[in-house]
Amino acid sequence: MNIVVCVKHVPDAQAERTFNASDNTTDRENVDGLLSELDEYAVEEALKIVEAGEGEVTVLTVGPDAAADAIKKALQMGADKGVHVNDDAIHGSDAIATSLVLAEAIKKIGADTAVDLVVTGMASTDGSMGVVPAMLAERLGLPAVTFASELTVEGTTATIRRDGDASTQTITATLPALVSVTDQINEPRYPSFKGIMAAKKKPVEQWTLADLGVDAAQVGLDAAWTKVESFAARPPRSQGEIVADEGDGGSKLAAFLTERKFV
Amino acid sequence: MAEVLVLVDHVEGKVRKTTSELLTIARRLGEPSAVFVGSGFDAAKETLARFGAEKVYRVESPEVLEHLVVPQAELLAQLVASTSPAAVLVPSSPEGKEIAARLAVKTESGLITDAVDVQATGDGSGGVATTQSVFAGSYTVSATVTKGTPIVAVKPNSAAPEEVAGAASQMSDEVVDFTPSEAAKGAKITESKPKQATGRPELTEAAIVVSGGRGTGGDFSKVEDFADSLGAAVGASRAAVDAGWYPHTSQVGQTGKQVSPQLYVACGISGAIQHRAGMQTSKTIVAVNKDNEAPIFELVDFGVVGDLFTVLPQATEAITAAKD
Ligand SMILES: Cc1cc2nc3c(=O)[nH]c(=O)nc-3n(C[C@H](O)[C@H](O)[C@H](O)COP(=O)(O)OP(=O)(O)OC[C@H]3O[C@@H](n4cnc5c(N)ncnc54)[C@H](O)[C@@H]3O)c2cc1C
Ligand SMILES: Nc1ncnc2c1ncn2[C@@H]1O[C@H](COP(=O)(O)O)[C@@H](O)[C@H]1O
Repeated sequence: MNIVVCVKHVPDAQAERTFNASDNTTDRENVDGLLSELDEYAVEEALKIVEAGEGEVTVLTVGPDAAADAIKKALQMGADKGVHVNDDAIHGSDAIATSLVLAEAIKKIGADTAVDLVVTGMASTDGSMGVVPAMLAERLGLPAVTFASELTVEGTTATIRRDGDASTQTITATLPALVSVTDQINEPRYPSFKGIMAAKKKPVEQWTLADLGVDAAQVGLDAAWTKVESFAARPPRSQGEIVADEGDGGSKLAAFLTERKFV
Repeated sequence: MAEVLVLVDHVEGKVRKTTSELLTIARRLGEPSAVFVGSGFDAAKETLARFGAEKVYRVESPEVLEHLVVPQAELLAQLVASTSPAAVLVPSSPEGKEIAARLAVKTESGLITDAVDVQATGDGSGGVATTQSVFAGSYTVSATVTKGTPIVAVKPNSAAPEEVAGAASQMSDEVVDFTPSEAAKGAKITESKPKQATGRPELTEAAIVVSGGRGTGGDFSKVEDFADSLGAAVGASRAAVDAGWYPHTSQVGQTGKQVSPQLYVACGISGAIQHRAGMQTSKTIVAVNKDNEAPIFELVDFGVVGDLFTVLPQATEAITAAKD
């Protein structure tokens, strides 16, 4: 089983996230970054599949120098090797361009041993569009199941449980396939001391756009198919009224709701 | 005027409110054409016409829905090619976004997701200008599509549905000649267990949402009673979902539903950033929490520092009494 996990390095959600005023892109320099929490579930799921059978887990990231940290964390968790696509031209890429670069990288990874399964997070914690997995599947011509809450692989069939609003579905897909996983699927492990030491010796390939045969004109801010025209911080909410319950908290709450015509 | 394709969100012909919102938005951009996939068209017809659909493209073959979203993306790509629409609008649900993502790649078009407003750019270019709320609702972003056919996934509650007078008789419908590709059949739904209906409004569409967290200690009855007195939907924090107290489909937050109701009431919820990401854009926010330092109080228009097990029943009683 040859599994590729796509992981993204994102600005920490606990920090003050903002934009670059010069080009309206996400500020990735002045905010500490980390492996997108939701991608840890993808790494964990891939590791579980390989541990239950056999195979190899490659973690793939597209991002600037700092994104190497995301690969490092995944290797510490137990992934076998990493691929880091890093090229100045990629700065400002939208989901369309990111999915193009990821797709070409996955093709290159699969050139030696075919890739059986691509696992991604459900959404990144910064852009959180949750569209890269579908775009990637479209580009690779793979069947895809998104938002998996359970995944089992047997032979060449992946079976997925998905919890929808109207129903819970069981879906099967024939490998090779792409699966995006939710935070319901497992409990990601913490890297062990052994894992941290072992990660230092694991191979990480550095690829540029040229290595992938992607034309720089197809990526980056200028190639984006959408444009952020402006951004504005949401005005801070004005501090509301807070009352301590002295036996009449519920009545006061009801009075507030009545005054605001919710009753 | 160019057509604007609107993908209809329905269950067996019961059209969801988001579709009326999308049709209302579509009228700002051109002539709304509804795209209806699946069975139940007869039941849907009247609603679609009432909210301004001038035309319906429909496909009934069950195969289209069995294979998840890929056939729907193919169908829309076919319609984009044949109608050259001004825009394609889909609901910003996980499924809608997935269809939109594939459609964007297929038609080499710019995609905007999670839009909370869509307007014509008004500069004669026929373009669309969108508004999104990002970084857990802490920023508002305006964006435009610069390539291809604008594809916009629009969040629920982004427009007040407006009816069109006397349009029903004029709506035309056309059965589309469409066959999904073999490649589209790589994934298949093999089993589908329907969820039990709660009788409460849909979480993402509700005007009022009342949520419970770890502070309920697993007893949601007071939260539910209070919600019912207001005709509200019930949500939950991840802590409550992880504990098995409430279904995951009711989770509000980054990895659950993003809601933007007129009123959001957080009961026994501390207000972690991941929870805020799903409710911060609500118009009015209220919290009931024992801890006066809970971060949720930073967001509220009205807060009660107190025990939800005494505060909520008292409020429920007062509201119920006021209604009689
Ligand atoms: C990757 C990731 C994704 C996540 N996604 C989400 C998400 O989508 N949604 C989400 O909600 N969380 C999410 N979380 C979890 C989030 O970080 C918090 O852990 C969670 O929101 C806490 O839930 P809570 O507020 O109910 O519990 P707590 O933080 O434990 O707060 C409980 C509150 O209840 C109050 N309380 C206790 N008893 C009473 C009482 N009797 N009356 C009144 N108040 C009382 C306490 O004072 C406290 O403030 C995510 C976390 C991660 C890592
Ligand atoms: N730059 C990137 N490098 C690697 N994987 C990515 C990147 N961007 C997105 N992904 C993957 O796509 C998923 C969804 O991302 P998004 O569509 O941006 O919300 C993430 O959880 C990752 O698995």
